[in-house]
Amino acid sequence: MPVVVNQLENAIVRMMDDLERALQKPPSERRWGMVIDLTKCVACDACTVSCKAENKTPPGVNYTVVIKEEVGTYPNVRSTFLPRPCMHCENPPCVDVCPVSATWKSEEGIVVIDYDVCIGCRYCVTACPYGARTFDFGEFYTEGTPMIAPYETAPTFEYGEERTRTEGESPIGNVRKCNFCVQRLHEGLLPACINDCIGRARYFGDLNDPDSLVSELLRERYSFKLKEDLGTDPKVFYLS
Amino acid sequence: MKNKGLSYAYWAVTLLMLAVGAVGWYWRVTAGHQMANYGELIVWGLWVAMYIYFIGLSAGAFLISALVYAFGVERFRPIARLALFTALIALLMALLHIWFDLGHMSRFYEVYTRPHFYSMMAWMVWLYTSYFVLLLFEFWYETRQDFIRWGKKPGLAGWLSRILAFGSKDLSPESRKRDIKVVKVLGSIGVPLAIMFHGGVGALFGVISARPAWHSGLYPLLFLVSALVSGGGLLTAIYAFIAPNRGTPEHSSLVSDLGKLVLGLVLLDILFTFAEYSIALYGSIPGDVAPLLQVMTGPFWYVFWIGQVGLGMVVPLLLLTIKSTKTNAFWVGVAGLSIVIAFVGVRLNIVIPPLSVPELKGLVEAVPSPRMTTLYVPSTMEWFLSIGIVGLGMALYALGYSLLPVKPESKEA
Repeated sequence: MPVVVNQLENAIVRMMDDLERALQKPPSERRWGMVIDLTKCVACDACTVSCKAENKTPPGVNYTVVIKEEVGTYPNVRSTFLPRPCMHCENPPCVDVCPVSATWKSEEGIVVIDYDVCIGCRYCVTACPYGARTFDFGEFYTEGTPMIAPYETAPTFEYGEERTRTEGESPIGNVRKCNFCVQRLHEGLLPACINDCIGRARYFGDLNDPDSLVSELLRERYSFKLKEDLGTDPKVFYLS
Repeated sequence: MKNKGLSYAYWAVTLLMLAVGAVGWYWRVTAGHQMANYGELIVWGLWVAMYIYFIGLSAGAFLISALVYAFGVERFRPIARLALFTALIALLMALLHIWFDLGHMSRFYEVYTRPHFYSMMAWMVWLYTSYFVLLLFEFWYETRQDFIRWGKKPGLAGWLSRILAFGSKDLSPESRKRDIKVVKVLGSIGVPLAIMFHGGVGALFGVISARPAWHSGLYPLLFLVSALVSGGGLLTAIYAFIAPNRGTPEHSSLVSDLGKLVLGLVLLDILFTFAEYSIALYGSIPGDVAPLLQVMTGPFWYVFWIGQVGLGMVVPLLLLTIKSTKTNAFWVGVAGLSIVIAFVGVRLNIVIPPLSVPELKGLVEAVPSPRMTTLYVPSTMEWFLSIGIVGLGMALYALGYSLLPVKPESKEA
């Protein structure tokens, strides 16, 4: 096992260096990927919360969640945790079905949505085998209280576009999903969930770069992907 | 309609439905999707089910009209025009449903301006648009001379016919011959088009490998068969109950022939449904079996057992085979009506249960949101809007029936 993985500070520093190196290449030569170490996940949901904070996602819209399962019967039980962001598949079934080409796989390997084009038909939601896509119904967490909390109406910067959620306007009425925090990546920052993982269970980087931490982890450790039999070829890998 | 009382009752119900629909429409427009009950797991609900229901009725009615116009089955000539008109109205009701379902209704035109032809949905929209245009032209050529003749009538019907004649004045037998030829060509093009577009609706579901219950090669075919059964049932019921020549031997003989057609289609539907269910259940793949068990033993078991099986299969099967009922226009009409009602359930069971199985185990529990739920019951807003759309269809149908030359033909007329 590579030493660096166990040194918490170094992993972040190293991944940011990886990121900087990748950003110097043309976008089509990058392949962003995520590696999640299931042996280190404690299901604290820090990733879920940091994603909410970064993207100000409303109720029901979740880009990343932690699936918790109890295995066995008491007293012989254990819990298993499975963080699930968008898999950013190499062959994304959600992209195929969009009737208006509002979603596609970007040059650098991120499955993105153009909020101004999406008609909100939700066909892609049905096509995703991972439940990674959600629909923005236009709800607010603090609706029905004396005031909608300012953090819910503050602008978001997904895809580098400033938007404020108002009824009738995108992204309300759109399908929304994890985009690897592309707005942060292009500023040289790691996705929010990577930064905030308390157990350093999540890693991010350029899969095309053999020297990146993610590539090294995938070389050294056993990894698997979700529902590989569907041929989607996810770019999120799990270590166990 | 001959019976004034019935006619008033029909309009009272229709206007009430329109009023209810106006409330639903107001809610939908002001609150967007917030008042809808479909959620993050079951992302499609009542409206998508109603959409495939009406689009099925439309394709089915059209294919039956094509028996006459494209294949020359003269036996059904008296109802051919009514079938075309039914196809038009049903299509309109389908499109309204799916339009209200969109997250951004104002962007529907993008399907035309920037279609993605790898998507079955884009194909479907383009195909039903072609079908819609074809229907309009076929209907016009079929009724052109009647529009000219009706244009001489006083009042609203005459006025409408004068507009719809679009300045055409030629009443010569030669022009009628040309019209018949055009209708035959359009009807013949319409057959593969209707098969493609309704098969395409089935394929829209069938291609989704993420939902094992949809992902079956039988889906496009199943959709076609159910379109024919439900469309056939609807036409049979309409003809049995409202044809002007009710009570004549001519009427009851045509109704019972329609009944024979519907019986054959019901049997075909039973075969297809059995194939779909039995293969999936035997295969025992959890993602495939769970939705079917949901359909058969879940909280809405009665939609399947009483609706789909009872009203959709057993009742028509009995009414159309028992000697005393199969020749009685009223009971054959009831069989048709029973199928029409049952197919709402068939469509709901196609859309909803396969979506109620989470893609990953534990996903529902992982998302703390009331919208992440395996149980879906349409909200008041969804019901109201649907009722309104059905009311609108009923209003247009009744208006068209009395103002346009679509009444079933009979020898006396």
